[in-house]
Amino acid sequence: MTNISVDHLTGIKDLTKEDIELIFKTADSFKEVINRPIKKVPSLRDITIANIFFENSTRTRLSFELAEKRLSADVVNFSASGSSVKKGETLIDTVNNILSMKVDMVVMRHSSPGAAEFLSKKVNARIINAGDGTHEHPTQALLDAYSIREKLGKVAGKKVVIVGDILHSRVALSNIYCLQKLGAEVMVCGPTTLIPKYIHELGVHVSHNLVEALEWCDVANMLRIQLERQDIKFFPSLREYTMLFGLNKEILNSLSKEIVVMHPGPINRGVEITSDVADSKQSIILQQVENGVAIRMAVIYLLAAKIER
Amino acid sequence: MERQVILNEKHLELTLKRLSHELIESHLDFSQTVLVGLQPRGIHLVSHLKATLEKILKKPVTCGNLDITFFRDDFRRRERPLIPSITNLNFSIENKKVVLVDDVLYTGRTIRSGLDALMTFGRPSKVELLVLIDRRFQRDLPIQADYVGKAVDTLISERVSVEWKETVVLFTKE
Repeated sequence: MTNISVDHLTGIKDLTKEDIELIFKTADSFKEVINRPIKKVPSLRDITIANIFFENSTRTRLSFELAEKRLSADVVNFSASGSSVKKGETLIDTVNNILSMKVDMVVMRHSSPGAAEFLSKKVNARIINAGDGTHEHPTQALLDAYSIREKLGKVAGKKVVIVGDILHSRVALSNIYCLQKLGAEVMVCGPTTLIPKYIHELGVHVSHNLVEALEWCDVANMLRIQLERQDIKFFPSLREYTMLFGLNKEILNSLSKEIVVMHPGPINRGVEITSDVADSKQSIILQQVENGVAIRMAVIYLLAAKIER
Repeated sequence: MERQVILNEKHLELTLKRLSHELIESHLDFSQTVLVGLQPRGIHLVSHLKATLEKILKKPVTCGNLDITFFRDDFRRRERPLIPSITNLNFSIENKKVVLVDDVLYTGRTIRSGLDALMTFGRPSKVELLVLIDRRFQRDLPIQADYVGKAVDTLISERVSVEWKETVVLFTKE
Protein backbone atom coordinates (compact mmCIF):
# COMPACT_ATOMS: atom_id res chain seq x y z
CA MET A 1 0.00 0.00 0.00
CA THR A 2 1.95 2.98 -1.22
CA ASN A 3 -0.76 5.03 -2.84
CA ILE A 4 -3.67 6.95 -1.37
CA SER A 5 -7.03 5.69 -2.66
CA VAL A 6 -8.63 9.09 -3.36
CA ASP A 7 -7.87 11.80 -5.95
CA HIS A 8 -9.18 14.63 -3.76
CA LEU A 9 -9.46 15.08 0.00
CA THR A 10 -13.03 16.26 0.42
CA GLY A 11 -13.79 14.38 3.62
CA ILE A 12 -12.58 11.67 5.99
CA LYS A 13 -15.67 9.65 5.05
CA ASP A 14 -14.04 8.68 1.71
CA LEU A 15 -10.73 7.57 3.24
CA THR A 16 -9.85 4.02 4.24
CA LYS A 17 -8.00 3.09 7.41
CA GLU A 18 -4.95 2.30 5.24
CA ASP A 19 -5.10 5.79 3.70
CA ILE A 20 -5.06 7.38 7.14
CA GLU A 21 -2.16 5.19 8.26
CA LEU A 22 -0.24 6.06 5.09
CA ILE A 23 -0.81 9.78 5.75
CA PHE A 24 0.45 9.34 9.34
CA LYS A 25 3.54 7.45 8.22
CA THR A 26 4.36 10.13 5.65
CA ALA A 27 3.69 12.84 8.24
CA ASP A 28 6.25 11.21 10.57
CA SER A 29 8.93 11.89 7.96
CA PHE A 30 7.76 15.45 7.36
CA LYS A 31 7.74 16.12 11.09
CA GLU A 32 11.42 15.19 11.11
CA VAL A 33 11.97 17.49 8.10
CA ILE A 34 10.37 20.54 9.75
CA ASN A 35 12.65 20.13 12.75
CA ARG A 36 15.81 20.35 10.58
CA PRO A 37 17.86 23.55 10.39
CA ILE A 38 16.59 23.96 6.80
CA LYS A 39 12.92 23.04 6.91
CA LYS A 40 12.36 22.70 3.21
CA VAL A 41 12.36 19.88 0.65
CA PRO A 42 12.21 20.31 -3.15
CA SER A 43 9.57 17.62 -3.93
CA LEU A 44 6.81 19.91 -5.28
CA ARG A 45 8.87 22.55 -7.05
CA ASP A 46 6.92 22.11 -10.31
CA ILE A 47 3.48 22.38 -8.70
CA THR A 48 1.31 25.44 -8.11
CA ILE A 49 -1.30 25.48 -5.36
CA ALA A 50 -4.11 28.00 -4.84
CA ASN A 51 -5.46 28.60 -1.34
CA ILE A 52 -9.02 29.81 -1.78
CA PHE A 53 -10.65 30.93 1.44
CA PHE A 54 -14.26 32.08 1.31
CA GLU A 55 -14.39 32.00 5.13
CA ASN A 56 -12.07 33.43 7.78
CA SER A 57 -9.15 31.38 9.03
CA THR A 58 -5.82 31.95 10.76
CA ARG A 59 -4.40 28.58 11.72
CA THR A 60 -5.60 26.44 8.83
CA ARG A 61 -4.59 28.96 6.20
CA LEU A 62 -1.16 29.64 7.68
CA SER A 63 -0.61 25.94 8.23
CA PHE A 64 -1.50 25.05 4.63
CA GLU A 65 0.65 27.86 3.27
CA LEU A 66 3.63 26.79 5.39
CA ALA A 67 3.14 23.16 4.36
CA GLU A 68 3.05 24.13 0.69
CA LYS A 69 6.11 26.36 0.93
CA ARG A 70 8.09 23.72 2.81
CA LEU A 71 7.39 21.35 -0.06
CA SER A 72 8.68 24.06 -2.47
CA ALA A 73 5.33 24.49 -4.24
CA ASP A 74 4.37 27.85 -5.72
CA VAL A 75 1.51 29.34 -3.71
CA VAL A 76 -1.21 31.82 -4.59
CA ASN A 77 -3.66 33.08 -1.98
CA PHE A 78 -7.17 34.28 -2.45
CA SER A 79 -9.75 35.42 0.05
CA ALA A 80 -13.35 36.24 -0.69
CA SER A 81 -13.23 39.68 0.86
CA GLY A 82 -11.67 42.03 -1.65
CA SER A 83 -12.32 39.67 -4.61
CA SER A 84 -14.74 39.52 -7.53
CA VAL A 85 -16.97 37.15 -5.54
CA LYS A 86 -18.43 40.34 -4.13
CA LYS A 87 -19.24 41.39 -7.71
CA GLY A 88 -21.41 38.32 -8.24
CA GLU A 89 -19.05 35.73 -9.75
CA THR A 90 -20.04 32.08 -9.19
CA LEU A 91 -17.80 29.56 -7.38
CA ILE A 92 -17.05 27.54 -10.53
CA ASP A 93 -16.23 30.66 -12.54
CA THR A 94 -13.92 31.96 -9.83
CA VAL A 95 -12.08 28.66 -9.53
CA ASN A 96 -11.89 28.03 -13.28
CA ASN A 97 -10.41 31.48 -13.77
CA ILE A 98 -7.76 30.69 -11.19
CA LEU A 99 -7.09 27.32 -12.81
CA SER A 100 -6.61 28.97 -16.24
CA MET A 101 -3.50 30.43 -14.71
CA LYS A 102 -2.16 26.83 -14.53
CA VAL A 103 -2.84 25.86 -10.95
CA ASP A 104 -2.54 22.13 -10.11
CA MET A 105 -4.18 21.96 -6.72
CA VAL A 106 -6.82 23.94 -4.83
CA VAL A 107 -7.16 24.18 -1.06
CA MET A 108 -10.60 25.57 -0.35
CA ARG A 109 -12.63 26.69 2.63
CA HIS A 110 -16.25 27.56 1.96
CA SER A 111 -19.34 28.16 4.09
CA SER A 112 -21.53 25.73 2.09
CA PRO A 113 -21.45 22.04 3.06
CA GLY A 114 -20.37 19.96 0.05
CA ALA A 115 -18.62 22.84 -1.74
CA ALA A 116 -15.34 20.90 -2.02
CA GLU A 117 -17.05 17.73 -3.27
CA PHE A 118 -18.98 19.80 -5.83
CA LEU A 119 -15.82 21.49 -7.05
CA SER A 120 -13.91 18.20 -7.33
CA LYS A 121 -16.48 17.01 -9.88
CA LYS A 122 -16.47 20.21 -11.90
CA VAL A 123 -12.90 21.39 -12.23
CA ASN A 124 -9.69 19.80 -13.37
CA ALA A 125 -7.48 20.08 -10.28
CA ARG A 126 -6.84 18.19 -7.05
CA ILE A 127 -9.11 19.60 -4.34
CA ILE A 128 -8.34 19.65 -0.63
CA ASN A 129 -11.19 20.59 1.65
CA ALA A 130 -10.06 23.04 4.33
CA GLY A 131 -13.54 23.16 5.86
CA ASP A 132 -16.93 23.25 4.13
CA GLY A 133 -19.58 24.84 6.33
CA THR A 134 -20.82 22.49 9.04
CA HIS A 135 -19.84 19.38 7.04
CA GLU A 136 -16.17 18.25 7.21
CA HIS A 137 -12.70 19.54 8.04
CA PRO A 138 -10.59 16.50 7.16
CA THR A 139 -7.06 17.79 7.81
CA GLN A 140 -8.08 18.93 11.31
CA ALA A 141 -9.39 15.45 12.14
CA LEU A 142 -6.20 13.87 10.77
CA LEU A 143 -3.97 16.10 12.85
CA ASP A 144 -6.14 15.51 15.94
CA ALA A 145 -5.88 11.74 15.57
CA TYR A 146 -2.16 12.04 14.76
CA SER A 147 -1.64 14.07 17.95
CA ILE A 148 -3.48 11.42 20.00
CA ARG A 149 -1.30 8.73 18.39
CA GLU A 150 1.81 10.72 19.24
CA LYS A 151 0.74 11.40 22.85
CA LEU A 152 -0.77 8.01 23.75
CA GLY A 153 1.12 5.72 21.35
CA LYS A 154 -1.94 4.57 19.44
CA VAL A 155 -5.51 5.56 18.63
CA ALA A 156 -7.17 2.13 18.58
CA GLY A 157 -9.04 1.34 21.79
CA LYS A 158 -8.82 4.89 23.16
CA LYS A 159 -11.91 6.74 24.35
CA VAL A 160 -12.37 10.26 23.03
CA VAL A 161 -15.08 12.71 24.05
CA ILE A 162 -15.91 15.71 21.88
CA VAL A 163 -17.47 18.46 23.97
CA GLY A 164 -19.44 21.49 22.79
CA ASP A 165 -21.24 22.68 19.70
CA ILE A 166 -21.50 19.36 17.85
CA LEU A 167 -24.39 20.58 15.69
CA HIS A 168 -22.39 23.29 13.92
CA SER A 169 -18.99 21.63 14.05
CA ARG A 170 -17.25 20.24 10.97
CA VAL A 171 -14.37 19.30 13.24
CA ALA A 172 -16.69 17.02 15.26
CA LEU A 173 -18.02 15.14 12.21
CA SER A 174 -14.57 14.62 10.65
CA ASN A 175 -13.17 13.58 14.02
CA ILE A 176 -15.92 11.00 14.54
CA TYR A 177 -15.23 9.40 11.12
CA CYS A 178 -11.48 9.48 11.58
CA LEU A 179 -11.35 8.15 15.14
CA GLN A 180 -13.84 5.38 14.41
CA LYS A 181 -11.90 4.25 11.33
CA LEU A 182 -8.81 3.99 13.51
CA GLY A 183 -10.68 1.93 16.11
CA ALA A 184 -11.29 4.50 18.86
CA GLU A 185 -14.54 4.91 20.79
CA VAL A 186 -16.20 8.30 20.50
CA MET A 187 -18.62 10.16 22.77
CA VAL A 188 -20.17 13.55 22.14
CA CYS A 189 -21.16 15.81 25.02
CA GLY A 190 -23.09 19.08 25.04
CA PRO A 191 -26.48 20.68 25.59
CA THR A 192 -29.36 18.75 23.94
CA THR A 193 -29.95 21.59 21.51
CA LEU A 194 -26.39 21.42 20.19
CA ILE A 195 -26.33 17.63 19.62
CA PRO A 196 -27.65 16.63 16.16
CA LYS A 197 -30.87 14.60 16.30
CA TYR A 198 -29.56 11.60 14.35
CA ILE A 199 -26.07 11.45 15.90
CA HIS A 200 -26.78 7.88 17.20
CA GLU A 201 -26.66 6.63 13.61
CA LEU A 202 -22.93 7.37 13.57
CA GLY A 203 -22.46 4.91 16.43
CA VAL A 204 -21.28 7.39 19.04
CA HIS A 205 -22.16 7.63 22.72
CA VAL A 206 -24.04 10.73 23.89
CA SER A 207 -23.79 12.44 27.25
CA HIS A 208 -25.18 15.66 28.60
CA ASN A 209 -23.06 15.65 31.74
CA LEU A 210 -19.49 16.95 31.42
CA VAL A 211 -18.03 15.24 34.51
CA GLU A 212 -19.56 11.89 33.56
CA ALA A 213 -18.14 12.21 30.03
CA LEU A 214 -14.68 13.17 31.30
CA GLU A 215 -14.60 10.23 33.74
CA TRP A 216 -15.26 7.93 30.77
CA CYS A 217 -12.64 9.28 28.38
CA ASP A 218 -8.86 9.21 27.77
CA VAL A 219 -8.94 12.33 25.62
CA ALA A 220 -11.26 15.37 25.71
CA ASN A 221 -11.54 17.51 22.57
CA MET A 222 -13.11 20.84 23.58
CA LEU A 223 -14.90 22.72 20.80
CA ARG A 224 -15.76 26.37 20.46
CA ILE A 225 -19.35 27.62 20.46
CA GLN A 226 -19.84 28.78 16.87
CA LEU A 227 -21.97 31.86 17.51
CA GLU A 228 -21.49 32.97 13.87
CA ARG A 229 -23.45 29.92 12.67
CA GLN A 230 -26.22 30.21 15.26
CA ASP A 231 -29.10 32.28 13.96
CA ILE A 232 -31.35 31.34 16.90
CA LYS A 233 -30.59 30.93 20.61
CA PHE A 234 -29.58 27.36 21.43
CA PHE A 235 -28.94 28.00 25.14
CA PRO A 236 -29.89 30.81 27.55
CA SER A 237 -26.47 32.43 27.96
CA LEU A 238 -22.75 31.79 27.43
CA ARG A 239 -22.35 32.07 31.21
CA GLU A 240 -24.75 29.20 31.75
CA TYR A 241 -23.00 27.15 29.05
CA THR A 242 -19.65 27.72 30.76
CA MET A 243 -21.06 26.64 34.13
CA LEU A 244 -22.36 23.36 32.69
CA PHE A 245 -19.88 22.48 29.90
CA GLY A 246 -16.79 24.63 30.48
CA LEU A 247 -13.63 22.75 31.45
CA ASN A 248 -11.69 24.20 34.39
CA LYS A 249 -8.79 23.05 36.55
CA GLU A 250 -11.08 22.06 39.44
CA ILE A 251 -12.97 19.54 37.31
CA LEU A 252 -9.74 18.29 35.72
CA ASN A 253 -8.12 17.70 39.13
CA SER A 254 -11.20 15.96 40.52
CA LEU A 255 -11.04 13.20 37.87
CA SER A 256 -9.81 9.75 38.86
CA LYS A 257 -7.18 9.68 36.04
CA GLU A 258 -5.15 12.14 34.00
CA ILE A 259 -6.78 12.88 30.64
CA VAL A 260 -5.39 14.60 27.56
CA VAL A 261 -7.00 17.93 26.65
CA MET A 262 -7.27 19.06 23.02
CA HIS A 263 -8.76 22.06 21.26
CA PRO A 264 -8.86 22.72 17.50
CA GLY A 265 -8.74 26.50 18.04
CA PRO A 266 -9.60 29.30 18.06
CA ILE A 267 -9.98 29.17 21.85
CA ASN A 268 -12.53 31.32 23.62
CA ARG A 269 -10.67 31.42 26.93
CA GLY A 270 -13.03 31.33 29.88
CA VAL A 271 -15.93 29.92 27.83
CA GLU A 272 -15.34 26.27 26.83
CA ILE A 273 -11.94 26.05 28.52
CA THR A 274 -10.19 28.13 31.18
CA SER A 275 -6.69 29.53 30.68
CA ASP A 276 -5.10 27.34 33.37
CA VAL A 277 -6.37 24.21 31.59
CA ALA A 278 -5.46 25.41 28.10
CA ASP A 279 -1.91 26.15 29.25
CA SER A 280 -1.54 23.08 31.48
CA LYS A 281 0.73 20.05 31.01
CA GLN A 282 -2.23 17.91 30.03
CA SER A 283 -3.12 20.16 27.10
CA ILE A 284 -1.60 19.31 23.69
CA ILE A 285 -3.14 22.30 21.90
CA LEU A 286 0.18 23.66 20.58
CA GLN A 287 1.42 20.21 19.56
CA GLN A 288 -1.75 19.93 17.48
CA VAL A 289 -0.77 23.09 15.62
CA GLU A 290 2.78 21.81 15.01
CA ASN A 291 1.47 18.45 13.78
CA GLY A 292 -0.94 20.31 11.49
CA VAL A 293 1.89 21.40 9.22
CA ALA A 294 3.34 17.86 8.99
CA ILE A 295 -0.09 16.32 8.30
CA ARG A 296 -0.88 18.87 5.59
CA MET A 297 2.52 18.31 3.98
CA ALA A 298 1.76 14.59 3.89
CA VAL A 299 -1.70 15.07 2.37
CA ILE A 300 -0.44 17.50 -0.28
CA TYR A 301 2.56 15.26 -1.09
CA LEU A 302 0.43 12.14 -1.53
CA LEU A 303 -2.22 13.89 -3.65
CA ALA A 304 0.39 15.75 -5.73
CA ALA A 305 1.87 12.40 -6.73
CA LYS A 306 -1.41 11.77 -8.56
CA ILE A 307 -1.26 14.88 -10.74
CA GLU A 308 -0.63 13.87 -14.35
CA ARG A 309 2.40 15.37 -15.97
CA MET B 1 17.22 -14.84 -14.69
CA GLU B 2 20.93 -15.52 -14.65
CA ARG B 3 22.68 -14.85 -11.39
CA GLN B 4 26.34 -14.13 -11.14
CA VAL B 5 28.09 -13.60 -7.84
CA ILE B 6 30.38 -10.58 -7.92
CA LEU B 7 31.50 -10.70 -4.30
CA ASN B 8 31.12 -13.67 -1.99
CA GLU B 9 31.23 -13.72 1.80
CA LYS B 10 35.00 -14.02 2.04
CA HIS B 11 35.66 -11.32 -0.53
CA LEU B 12 33.21 -9.06 1.21
CA GLU B 13 35.00 -9.38 4.52
CA LEU B 14 38.31 -8.51 2.87
CA THR B 15 36.74 -5.60 0.99
CA LEU B 16 35.18 -4.17 4.17
CA LYS B 17 38.54 -4.41 5.91
CA ARG B 18 40.31 -2.71 3.03
CA LEU B 19 37.71 0.07 2.88
CA SER B 20 38.02 0.57 6.64
CA HIS B 21 41.77 0.93 6.41
CA GLU B 22 41.45 3.35 3.49
CA LEU B 23 39.05 5.41 5.60
CA ILE B 24 41.42 5.40 8.57
CA GLU B 25 44.25 6.48 6.27
CA SER B 26 42.50 9.76 5.50
CA HIS B 27 40.37 10.22 8.63
CA LEU B 28 42.78 8.97 11.32
CA ASP B 29 40.86 8.47 14.56
CA PHE B 30 37.44 9.60 13.23
CA SER B 31 37.16 12.41 15.82
CA GLN B 32 36.03 14.88 13.12
CA THR B 33 34.39 12.37 10.77
CA VAL B 34 30.91 10.85 10.60
CA LEU B 35 29.52 8.07 8.40
CA VAL B 36 26.10 8.70 6.84
CA GLY B 37 24.28 5.82 5.14
CA LEU B 38 21.74 6.56 2.44
CA GLN B 39 18.34 4.97 3.01
CA PRO B 40 17.20 2.37 2.30
CA ARG B 41 20.17 0.20 1.33
CA GLY B 42 23.23 2.15 2.39
CA ILE B 43 22.46 1.67 6.06
CA HIS B 44 23.42 -2.02 6.09
CA LEU B 45 26.83 -1.17 4.68
CA VAL B 46 27.23 1.54 7.32
CA SER B 47 26.52 -0.87 10.16
CA HIS B 48 29.08 -3.35 8.77
CA LEU B 49 31.68 -0.62 8.30
CA LYS B 50 31.02 0.73 11.79
CA ALA B 51 31.61 -2.70 13.30
CA THR B 52 34.84 -3.20 11.34
CA LEU B 53 36.15 0.30 12.09
CA GLU B 54 35.37 0.08 15.81
CA LYS B 55 37.19 -3.25 15.99
CA ILE B 56 40.32 -1.64 14.52
CA LEU B 57 40.13 1.74 16.26
CA LYS B 58 38.77 0.40 19.57
CA LYS B 59 36.56 3.48 19.95
CA PRO B 60 33.02 4.38 18.83
CA VAL B 61 32.45 5.82 15.36
CA THR B 62 29.52 8.23 14.82
CA CYS B 63 27.04 6.97 12.23
CA GLY B 64 23.67 8.10 10.92
CA ASN B 65 21.01 7.30 8.33
CA LEU B 66 19.73 9.79 5.78
CA ASP B 67 16.51 9.46 3.81
CA ILE B 68 16.55 11.22 0.44
CA THR B 69 12.99 10.53 -0.77
CA PHE B 70 11.83 14.17 -0.79
CA PHE B 71 14.98 15.30 -2.63
CA ARG B 72 14.72 12.87 -5.55
CA ASP B 73 14.28 14.23 -9.05
CA ASP B 74 11.76 11.61 -10.21
CA PHE B 75 8.73 12.62 -8.09
CA ARG B 76 5.57 12.36 -10.25
CA ARG B 77 7.56 10.53 -12.92
CA ARG B 78 6.73 7.24 -11.26
CA GLU B 79 3.47 5.34 -10.93
CA ARG B 80 3.38 5.47 -7.16
CA PRO B 81 4.52 8.10 -4.70
CA LEU B 82 7.80 7.28 -3.01
CA ILE B 83 7.34 6.34 0.60
CA PRO B 84 10.08 7.73 2.84
CA SER B 85 12.28 5.79 5.26
CA ILE B 86 13.61 7.04 8.57
CA THR B 87 16.28 9.73 8.84
CA ASN B 88 18.39 9.38 11.93
CA LEU B 89 21.09 12.03 12.28
CA ASN B 90 21.33 12.78 15.99
CA PHE B 91 24.50 14.83 15.71
CA SER B 92 25.63 18.06 14.09
CA ILE B 93 27.44 17.79 10.77
CA GLU B 94 28.54 21.43 10.96
CA ASN B 95 32.29 21.56 10.11
CA LYS B 96 32.53 17.75 10.19
CA LYS B 97 33.93 15.51 7.48
CA VAL B 98 31.05 13.41 6.18
CA VAL B 99 31.45 10.12 4.35
CA LEU B 100 28.28 9.29 2.42
CA VAL B 101 27.79 5.54 2.14
CA ASP B 102 25.67 3.63 -0.37
CA ASP B 103 25.71 0.08 -1.71
CA VAL B 104 25.71 0.65 -5.48
CA LEU B 105 26.78 3.74 -7.46
CA TYR B 106 24.99 3.72 -10.81
CA THR B 107 23.53 6.89 -12.39
CA GLY B 108 24.67 9.17 -9.58
CA ARG B 109 21.17 10.60 -9.13
CA THR B 110 20.72 9.15 -5.65
CA ILE B 111 24.02 10.68 -4.53
CA ARG B 112 22.97 14.06 -5.99
CA SER B 113 19.77 13.87 -3.89
CA GLY B 114 21.82 12.72 -0.91
CA LEU B 115 24.09 15.76 -1.15
CA ASP B 116 21.09 18.12 -1.24
CA ALA B 117 19.42 16.33 1.68
CA LEU B 118 22.66 16.40 3.68
CA MET B 119 23.08 20.16 3.26
CA THR B 120 19.73 20.80 5.00
CA PHE B 121 21.42 19.67 8.21
CA GLY B 122 24.25 22.20 8.04
CA ARG B 123 27.57 22.85 6.32
CA PRO B 124 30.03 19.97 6.52
CA SER B 125 33.71 20.86 5.99
CA LYS B 126 34.08 18.03 3.47
CA VAL B 127 31.91 15.33 1.92
CA GLU B 128 33.27 12.08 0.49
CA LEU B 129 31.55 9.09 -1.09
CA LEU B 130 32.05 5.41 -0.33
CA VAL B 131 30.31 2.69 -2.34
CA LEU B 132 30.56 -1.09 -2.27
CA ILE B 133 29.96 -1.51 -6.00
CA ASP B 134 30.69 1.06 -8.70
CA ARG B 135 28.89 0.40 -11.99
CA ARG B 136 31.40 2.20 -14.17
CA PHE B 137 30.55 4.12 -17.34
CA GLN B 138 26.83 4.32 -16.41
CA ARG B 139 26.73 7.80 -14.90
CA ASP B 140 24.01 10.38 -15.71
CA LEU B 141 25.72 13.02 -13.57
CA PRO B 142 29.36 13.95 -12.97
CA ILE B 143 29.71 12.10 -9.65
CA GLN B 144 32.52 9.71 -8.68
CA ALA B 145 33.23 7.76 -5.50
CA ASP B 146 36.30 8.34 -3.30
CA TYR B 147 36.30 4.78 -1.93
CA VAL B 148 35.18 1.84 -4.06
CA GLY B 149 34.69 -1.75 -2.90
CA LYS B 150 34.66 -3.18 -6.40
CA ALA B 151 34.15 -1.64 -9.80
CA VAL B 152 32.15 -3.61 -12.35
CA ASP B 153 31.27 -3.08 -15.99
CA THR B 154 27.60 -3.73 -16.59
CA LEU B 155 24.93 -3.24 -19.21
CA ILE B 156 21.91 -1.04 -18.58
CA SER B 157 19.68 -4.11 -18.94
CA GLU B 158 21.47 -5.79 -16.04
CA ARG B 159 20.67 -5.30 -12.41
CA VAL B 160 23.12 -5.31 -9.52
CA SER B 161 21.70 -6.03 -6.11
CA VAL B 162 23.24 -6.45 -2.71
CA GLU B 163 21.55 -9.08 -0.58
CA TRP B 164 22.59 -8.87 3.04
CA LYS B 165 21.97 -12.27 4.54
CA GLU B 166 23.89 -12.73 7.77
CA THR B 167 26.81 -10.87 6.18
CA VAL B 168 26.65 -13.05 3.08
CA VAL B 169 26.41 -10.91 0.00
CA LEU B 170 25.34 -12.02 -3.42
CA PHE B 171 25.53 -9.82 -6.41
CA THR B 172 23.30 -10.91 -9.18
CA LYS B 173 23.26 -10.08 -12.81
CA GLU B 174 20.17 -10.89 -14.75
